[in-house]
Amino acid sequence: MSGTYLGMPSFPEAAREAVHDPTLRGNLRHATHTIRDKRARAVAELDDWARLREAGKRIKDHTLRYLDRYLVRVEEAVTAAGGTVHWAADAEEANRIVADLVKATGESEVVKVKSMATQETGLNEALEAEGIRAYETDLAELIVQLGGDRPSHILVPAIHRNRGEIRDIFRSEMGEWGRPAPEGLTDTPAELAEAARLHLREKFLRARVGISGANFMVAETGTLVVVESEGNGRMCLTLPETLISVVGIEKIVPTWRDLEVFLQTLPRSSTAERMNPYTSMWTGTTDGDGPRTFHLVLLDNGRTDTLADEVGRQALRCIRCSACLNVCPVYERAGGHAYGSVYPGPIGAILSPQLRGTGSEIDASLPYASSLCGACYEVCPVAIDIPEVLVHLREKVADQGGKGHRLEGVAMRTATWLLDHPAALNAGERLASRTRKLHPKRLPGPGAREWTNSRDLPAMPPEPFRDWWKKNHA
Amino acid sequence: MTSPSSSRDRVLGRVRRALAEAPEAPEVTRDYLVTHTPDDPATVLDLLHENLVDYRAGVHRGTRQGLPSLIGRLLADHGARSVVVPPGLPGAWLAGSDARRRYDDPPLTPAELDSADAVVTGCALAVAETGTVVLDAGPGQGRRALTLVPDLHICVVDVLGQVVASLPQALPRLDPTRPTTWISGPSATSDIELDRVEGVHGPRTLEVVLVAD
Repeated sequence: MSGTYLGMPSFPEAAREAVHDPTLRGNLRHATHTIRDKRARAVAELDDWARLREAGKRIKDHTLRYLDRYLVRVEEAVTAAGGTVHWAADAEEANRIVADLVKATGESEVVKVKSMATQETGLNEALEAEGIRAYETDLAELIVQLGGDRPSHILVPAIHRNRGEIRDIFRSEMGEWGRPAPEGLTDTPAELAEAARLHLREKFLRARVGISGANFMVAETGTLVVVESEGNGRMCLTLPETLISVVGIEKIVPTWRDLEVFLQTLPRSSTAERMNPYTSMWTGTTDGDGPRTFHLVLLDNGRTDTLADEVGRQALRCIRCSACLNVCPVYERAGGHAYGSVYPGPIGAILSPQLRGTGSEIDASLPYASSLCGACYEVCPVAIDIPEVLVHLREKVADQGGKGHRLEGVAMRTATWLLDHPAALNAGERLASRTRKLHPKRLPGPGAREWTNSRDLPAMPPEPFRDWWKKNHA
Repeated sequence: MTSPSSSRDRVLGRVRRALAEAPEAPEVTRDYLVTHTPDDPATVLDLLHENLVDYRAGVHRGTRQGLPSLIGRLLADHGARSVVVPPGLPGAWLAGSDARRRYDDPPLTPAELDSADAVVTGCALAVAETGTVVLDAGPGQGRRALTLVPDLHICVVDVLGQVVASLPQALPRLDPTRPTTWISGPSATSDIELDRVEGVHGPRTLEVVLVAD
């Protein structure tokens, strides 16, 4: 994944700052609670939700099981429809392919539809290094880009910003990137949306190259699907002469018919709408309608490693709705930035360590960024058992004996020795009881210190349990 | 950089290795409902109407005969002085308007589309349960940009032939080889505090005309 997040502190460290920021906590609480209730109502409208969820899960599992076949199928179909298919084993290769394709057009700027895949690869930074400016056109992405910020939510990357902060960013930054914010801009959402419309329109009208991701790729037809709200997606997919779509290999569905499931479950889970305002579907190129050149870049970047893990591979079912973020008590308090990845929240806690491996401090700590309450699994429209994968990944992290888990290992080995040596255990317990006035309220050392930051240690009893038992029951 | 063909082999090889031990996938189940709506045309039409209104589209019911004056009135009410005419749009539909016609032949540039006030189209299909009209670039609809850049979109739905209740009923009636746009209300965003606001980049006004004969 992108180097943007290299050197991130572990989750608890990063979360501490967020937990103490009252504005951020207020923004997150307000937004996640608003959407939570609406989603519940949108889902309750469909009597067959559980069956749609099961169908979605099985379609994705089936696709993943035969992914090699479906990838070849999608390549054939897109090629037959006039598109060109590229394969990228990692982020660097994907960025290289896109940069070369843009350069071949002779253009030095591109317009972008919000895309998790290109955030993951750090495409904008890679293009910048090649002298190509990428304009984000989704409202929330625009807010993040103008603010020199990082995304903190899958659907609404600027969820950590309230309307007043957005107005300030528009006022101070829009002029640097193009048309400045209108005079006297207030913080009403309608005015902010209007400011974005004016700012981006000139960019859409002159754009020659568009870059997108896709929500779905249909193997049998070669059709790509982009689901959006604002119309910025339609602008990027329709007006430029060249369209480049970077899509994770797990985004395939086998048949056209399969869309009937996901187009019911995705909008209701994501924005709590019966249907999002705009969905675009295109197959290769069409004479006289839209881009004349279409490139599809199929991205691996750790997905095949995830696929190889029989418990963890279910994370690849994810359709990026973000319902799990909106219900998560940990996300609500810690915020998206603490996860150190473009994929925050519960899904990020299982996806990032699988895509990137658990070598870094942040990735080794992510499987612990959860209370295992299970709300994420309840709302997931493709039934990813996130708690199951979290526990599985915790085992893997513990087995690899990374930082923190070396201490756990030492503790376990010490306990084993003590339990095998009852005399030593007895002596130790008595010593602990007699020195209890001297015991600190907080534990030293990584992990233990965090635990006691927010809670006191239990008081040590005046005598060991076994001594008490002997005295009273012997 | 590796050559494209070797990356293809690498990715496919990794996929196959990852799946070497995987059990067969369970069968896909499709016991979900084909529709959530009673099979009654009037009920389906009312639901379409209600859901379109819920997402802030204007909805008007009329007859084929009354269509020219209805469209003329809608264009005038919104102050539209120029209107984009997609190829194949029945000439009579605009007979009640004196707005300047902008034909897409030769193709209008993005700037020309931006200077037009409105576009009038038919559609391929409407889906009641989601309040959606679907355009597939067929006759009377034109290429995708025509319904995107002008700020007012008037879309005519033939109630007898073009309304279905649900998504499972809609998809089999569409041709995947055609570029398709599904429109559910005017452009909107939930990006400010996850609250829906209408009107960003697409047409800020969507008027749907349900024609019943």
